[in-house]
Amino acid sequence: MAQPQAKTDALAARVAGLAVAGSGWLGAARRDAAVRLSAMGLPSRRDEYWRYTDPVSLTQTVVLPAALFETADEAPAFDGIDRLRLVFVDGVFDPAQSDDPTLAGVEITALRAAGTTDIHWARDLYGVLEARGQTPVQRPLATLNTAHATEGLLIRATGRAAKPVDLIYLRKSETSDAMVHHCIKVEAGAELTVLENGPGAARFTKVMEVDVAEGGRFHHVRVQGRDAERRAATHLFARVGANALFKSFTLTANGRLTRNDAVIELAGHDGVAHVAGAAMGDGDFHHDDTVFMTHAAERCESRQVFKKVLKNGAVGVFQGKILVKPGAQKTDGYQISQSLLLDGASQFLAKPELEIYADDVKCSHGSTSGAIDEVALFYLQSRGVPRRVAQSLLVLAFLAEAIAEIDDEAIAEDIRSRLEGWLARHEG
Amino acid sequence: MLEIKNLHVKLEEEDKVILRGVDLSIGAGEVHAIMGPNGSGKSTLSYVLAGREGYAVTDGSATLDGADMLAMEPENRAAAGLFLAFQYPVEIPGVGNMTFLRTAVNAQRKTRGEPELSAGDFLKIVREKAKTLKIDADMLKRPVNVGFSGGEKKRNEILQMAMLEPRMCILDETDSGLDVDAMKLVSEGVNALRSEGRSFLVITHYQRLLDHIKPDVVHIMAAGRIIKTGGPELALEVENNGYADLLAEAQ
Ligand SMILES: Nc1ncnc2c1ncn2[C@@H]1O[C@H](COP(=O)(O)OP(=O)(O)O)[C@@H](O)[C@H]1O
Ligand SMILES: [Mg+2]
Repeated sequence: MAQPQAKTDALAARVAGLAVAGSGWLGAARRDAAVRLSAMGLPSRRDEYWRYTDPVSLTQTVVLPAALFETADEAPAFDGIDRLRLVFVDGVFDPAQSDDPTLAGVEITALRAAGTTDIHWARDLYGVLEARGQTPVQRPLATLNTAHATEGLLIRATGRAAKPVDLIYLRKSETSDAMVHHCIKVEAGAELTVLENGPGAARFTKVMEVDVAEGGRFHHVRVQGRDAERRAATHLFARVGANALFKSFTLTANGRLTRNDAVIELAGHDGVAHVAGAAMGDGDFHHDDTVFMTHAAERCESRQVFKKVLKNGAVGVFQGKILVKPGAQKTDGYQISQSLLLDGASQFLAKPELEIYADDVKCSHGSTSGAIDEVALFYLQSRGVPRRVAQSLLVLAFLAEAIAEIDDEAIAEDIRSRLEGWLARHEG
Repeated sequence: MLEIKNLHVKLEEEDKVILRGVDLSIGAGEVHAIMGPNGSGKSTLSYVLAGREGYAVTDGSATLDGADMLAMEPENRAAAGLFLAFQYPVEIPGVGNMTFLRTAVNAQRKTRGEPELSAGDFLKIVREKAKTLKIDADMLKRPVNVGFSGGEKKRNEILQMAMLEPRMCILDETDSGLDVDAMKLVSEGVNALRSEGRSFLVITHYQRLLDHIKPDVVHIMAAGRIIKTGGPELALEVENNGYADLLAEAQ
């Protein structure tokens, strides 16, 4: 498809100065992505899935500065969890600050070092799931990332990982523009938990491709940095094999703009894929979850559970689709998106979609927007619970269904305590 | 204990007057009952005392051991010793009953400057009290009142009362929707809490609850006023003759 000149120019400006292809399989994958990208162009507000979220600050050449954020006395996410810490600073992997990446059942290689070695599994994954995820909806920011990212990790689980791997994204610059691309392979019967936390960069463009082979289990829990002014576009591309499990949960508290795309394909029979999110926004906050769940095999189960708590003019967006392909019989698909609007100034925009080409399926979706239940609030107060504690309890209750998607109780508890902290800091 | 003087209440958003000068004085350890036709303002009185929004007090006062109830936030009234067993207990999806109870007990202790109960102590006490009310472990785990039968909700109210040990207990139609056995359980729960320092205001339609919870004083409320006050025999009179005679007499 021919692009209008303006779109071509915008893309040329955006990629000017970014890293170029390089050699080997990685170079080839980047070149392929660059070609695909030039056919697509960058997203604009006119694109169907960018109607509720203006991508301009994500696509323009200039990075809008984001002030560094004082986290005060709050401990970093997952602090109490025994985990392997892998640290990025403004999107650049920093082995010196990281733990020794030796972990039973897991192989970890920096993307930076991967181009010259033939890591066959990564070669079959890098840019591959991303490219598959471009149909039927284009996601050019992911392709931009595939074409130009030089940082990221290649993580392969061959057995049961001894502990979770935590990708920690520190930020030291007010104008950093980072691109990080991870590939994760969970081999047949293996199990891995990946955690992510930290703001990343002033502007963070991220891709994570996850391939879960037959009977594999993958858990992903992410806390998107509290930095109020950072902007992020993240993409999760997953392929879930037969009898495999894929679970992803994201907590977003603050951030000026966050767009989280999840593109998941249930490719083998009896697979399970759950994606969930809890977003807390106060003020100048725009948060967009865009999910595309494809059932391409029989007897798979998918769940999408997204909850947003919004106040002082914060905006939440949910665009979620369940696509059931021909032959994907006995599909069990569920989707819920809900917002709790703590005042009249905040806004929730939801676009749930079902597209079903098989006849023996069970799919449901629902979307609601509501205020806090004043009657429940009074009931709690009448039992002596102070109003703000009562309000926190009700907000946590509202989010409970999303948090319940985290299997590990210690991690779920960490998430709950962060939510309580957020609520305490954002009273009134 | 509870002193209500000339209490006038209207709806905040409308010009509808509900209470038109209620006077009520309940001494320590006493049990008072309020009876009256539907719509006479009984629940409104209990809500205004507990601090529910939506009502405007246009005149009068209400004090608990001298403390001005009407000036306090609902949670502080509770910490001061006031408890309302709701006519319609509220369902709170997502909040476990046990979490709710522990949060409430410890919040009140904190407000009063007392140490919080340890998880172990709390569990021990709650299990013991739940057992006497025939509330099983499952009901304690489930979200507050969600999926509870009418009787279970009312027993859950009494459990909260037993845990919070208030000084002034208001029971708003706690007997409605209860079968004979449940009524007995609830009454026993209430009677177990009767003591010199604790007073009760029992709102009911029916004499039969008052067979179990014996009142010292019975009031009849109609159209936002207490129109008659007497002993337990007044409840029997209502049971036998209805309100018609009393209403006519008051006119
Ligand atoms: N929040 C409210 N909004 C509108 N009307 C109310 C409200 N609360 C009470 N009322 C009205 O006030 C009157 C007294 O109600 P209520 O106190 O519930 O009486 P009772 O408990 O004696 O049956 C009724 O006419 C009722 O409809
Ligand atoms: Mg009533």
